[in-house]
Amino acid sequence: MTAEKALQTTSEVELLSFRLAEEEYSVDIMSVREIRGWTRATPLPHAPAHVRGVINLRGTVLPVVDLSVRLGMEPVQGDARNVIIVVQVGNQTAGLLVNAVSDILALPRSELQPPPELAADAAHSFIEALTIVEGRMIRVLDLSAVLPDENAEAA
Amino acid sequence: MATDPMAEIRASFFVECEELLESLQDALAQMDEGSSDNETINVVFRAVHSIKGGAGAFGLDALVAFAHRYETVLDELRSGRMTVTPEAMKLFFHAADLLHDHVRAARDGGPVPEGSESCLTDLEALIGGGAGPEPEEEITDFQPMTLAFDFADTAETADLPVWSVRFRPTAALYASGNEPLHLLRALAGLGTAEIRCNLADLPELDALAPEDSYLDWQITLTGDISDFDIREVFDFVEDVCTLSIEPVESSPTAPAEAEWDSLAPLEAPAEPCLPALQELPAAMPAPEAASPPQPVATASAASAAGPAAPSAGRSDAASEHSATVRVDLDRIDRLVNLVGELVINQAMLAQSVAEAGLPPNSAVMTGLEAFMMLTRDIQDSVMMIRAQPVKPLFQRMARIVREASGAVGKEVRLRTEGEATEVDKTVIERLADPLTHMIRNAVDHGLETPEKRRAAGKPDEGVITLSAQHRSGRVVIEVSDDGAGINRPKVRQIAIAKGLIAPDATLSDTEIDNLLFLPGFSTAEQVSALSGRGVGMDVVRQAIQSLGGRISIHSEPGKGTRFSISLPLTLAVLDGMVVNVAGETLVVPLSSILETATLADEDIRALGPLTNVIHLRGAFVPLYDLGAELGYRAPRQSYAGGIVLLTAQENGARSALVVDSILEQRQVVIKGLQRSYGHIPGVAAATILGDGQIALILDPADLVQNASGRTRGPEFALAG
Repeated sequence: MTAEKALQTTSEVELLSFRLAEEEYSVDIMSVREIRGWTRATPLPHAPAHVRGVINLRGTVLPVVDLSVRLGMEPVQGDARNVIIVVQVGNQTAGLLVNAVSDILALPRSELQPPPELAADAAHSFIEALTIVEGRMIRVLDLSAVLPDENAEAA
Repeated sequence: MATDPMAEIRASFFVECEELLESLQDALAQMDEGSSDNETINVVFRAVHSIKGGAGAFGLDALVAFAHRYETVLDELRSGRMTVTPEAMKLFFHAADLLHDHVRAARDGGPVPEGSESCLTDLEALIGGGAGPEPEEEITDFQPMTLAFDFADTAETADLPVWSVRFRPTAALYASGNEPLHLLRALAGLGTAEIRCNLADLPELDALAPEDSYLDWQITLTGDISDFDIREVFDFVEDVCTLSIEPVESSPTAPAEAEWDSLAPLEAPAEPCLPALQELPAAMPAPEAASPPQPVATASAASAAGPAAPSAGRSDAASEHSATVRVDLDRIDRLVNLVGELVINQAMLAQSVAEAGLPPNSAVMTGLEAFMMLTRDIQDSVMMIRAQPVKPLFQRMARIVREASGAVGKEVRLRTEGEATEVDKTVIERLADPLTHMIRNAVDHGLETPEKRRAAGKPDEGVITLSAQHRSGRVVIEVSDDGAGINRPKVRQIAIAKGLIAPDATLSDTEIDNLLFLPGFSTAEQVSALSGRGVGMDVVRQAIQSLGGRISIHSEPGKGTRFSISLPLTLAVLDGMVVNVAGETLVVPLSSILETATLADEDIRALGPLTNVIHLRGAFVPLYDLGAELGYRAPRQSYAGGIVLLTAQENGARSALVVDSILEQRQVVIKGLQRSYGHIPGVAAATILGDGQIALILDPADLVQNASGRTRGPEFALAG
């Protein structure tokens, strides 16, 4: 019983998929802390373009990354329909600003494929895996590559 | 484990040891300064003696043995058979350091510190070398000394006035709800009291009238107390009791006391007064008694002041100790966090009340104002709990100086100033490493060798000054030496050799000095054992910056070098001015703002093609547009009518920051950005405003350092 369950959790992966521009992306649901409605972020001076600013998450200061800009696309407009996905990687917490959350997908890990080597694209290094669900291609993001690097910013 | 009572007592012994070692260091430092009076030497002796005594109780033999031999030598000093010489002082300091190590070793179960035997031998040579007794005699000699110490104590007690107080309550005292026990306790609190209850008048149980008074008390009170102090205890019951207060020894004040005594009962109602008159040993006729209280008061005050003075300091210290509580730091931190949340919450509440549009003098508004004041009080008190004097830190540095100077063979004296300055505990803890490094640097690189010093006409002994003070809402800690100053040509040469700067770079003196902070820079020609272990000043600067502080160098060739560290007082809350710039809300620390002003056209002068200065109160001040510096907007075309905040840095440099409007002035809770994002030039931290939005807290000094200063020119000049 327990062995069977363990097998299930390792072989299955749950993804939170969301829309960015007209594309579909996803992140491992285990790294998602919560999903918040859009709030205006306080911009940070001298910050890279993809850092939208910081928001107040129940008393802590949370940096928000505009995922669209981070992946080399047009910035997310920022209105009531947009959402901020709060993710945690290691001991770093950040918000990802996306157009909209679409679905939670549960699929066998075997269906995830590594992305083909195509170096011409900026977004390439952020993508961990690809998969096809109901005929749509879904990209799985490598969050540690997406989030602002603490050490690089601390200069 | 934690409930083991012995372990607890042991732990408190070691805490006491730390305190004793601190006072030992203090007294030694005083002696080193030349004030080797008996009291100071006694403090040294007592500290070592108390450690020895406590250690004996716990069977810490190594510690006892060391303390005993140290004490023996100190005793020679105390008895005046030995004089203080610089060499002796050095040994005393060294022995104190070793004693510290011994205490640590005993606490943590480590090995016995090295070098204790040789230090003790050296110490004993000091007394053995003179006409001192043989080592065998020394031990026997020691025993009477302990007695002498005790005698000294009793002698001191004997100097104190002894009062005999006789107190007999009347039935009215009980009837008016007074309790003799409280009075007796209060008396006992004044000094050493010996209280006897006189039961002679107590009738048999069947004859006892429950509401009558039968008892009287005889109190012998020893202590630094004046007649007035005792009388004060009985202030409220004077008319319902009979009271006699007499000094036991026959002193000039004695007859006067008696006169004074008779006054109280005479003023009292006749009825309860009768027995009092009978009891009074020297009852005086009323008319004569009425006049002399004036000289009595002065006489007793004088008698109190005489013997009181020497013991006052000690009794104060004793009461301080009894009033402290040791609290887990976690609990305080939790309290600090909660207060932080309280401040934010209060701001949110204030905002919603303001939005509700209540009249300004409504009950809610006044209540809220009181709430705000309370919040501020709570916050100040909580911060005070965390604040600690820098003294222990400075004492650690004194040891570093001694060890470092011994290692490089230089004579160094550490002078400390402002040891009582209080700083947040976290700051103190995290300051120890950078400060140690700076002190070592000062000894190793800052000060010259004795030969070079002589050649330069300076005394052999180098002086390193370590000072702390509060300055404009921050704590400034300075490490300065009277050495040769920074050898700028050499620094430049090394920087070029290491590829840190271009060979043809033109640098100002300050810029050259600041090269020391670059990673991988070391001026020592050879890596010495002391410094230059790959940990450079860049690490020091990083440590200071992580505390929200800044470090700067000031050096004068031939005169010395001064490092200034400026740190925020607390890491939790600050008073700030909330301003608006290009639609963004910012907080500027109030401590850095000198004044605010509205600019007129004629105040603004062009400096270069892209920069402006303003002419304010006869001085030219560079103008910075916050909106442009923070990248919110391009520099404006005209600043006439704009509002500027005039800020000052630690070094006195002024700058004017242009803002769009000033919103309010309030306390904000500091939320660090370092952990979640990293350092942003010009920004110290963030805070949460009443509306839940985040506002950035500026660091004006850092901002100005990194600023472009562009306040003029075409808009496209800002591109990029």
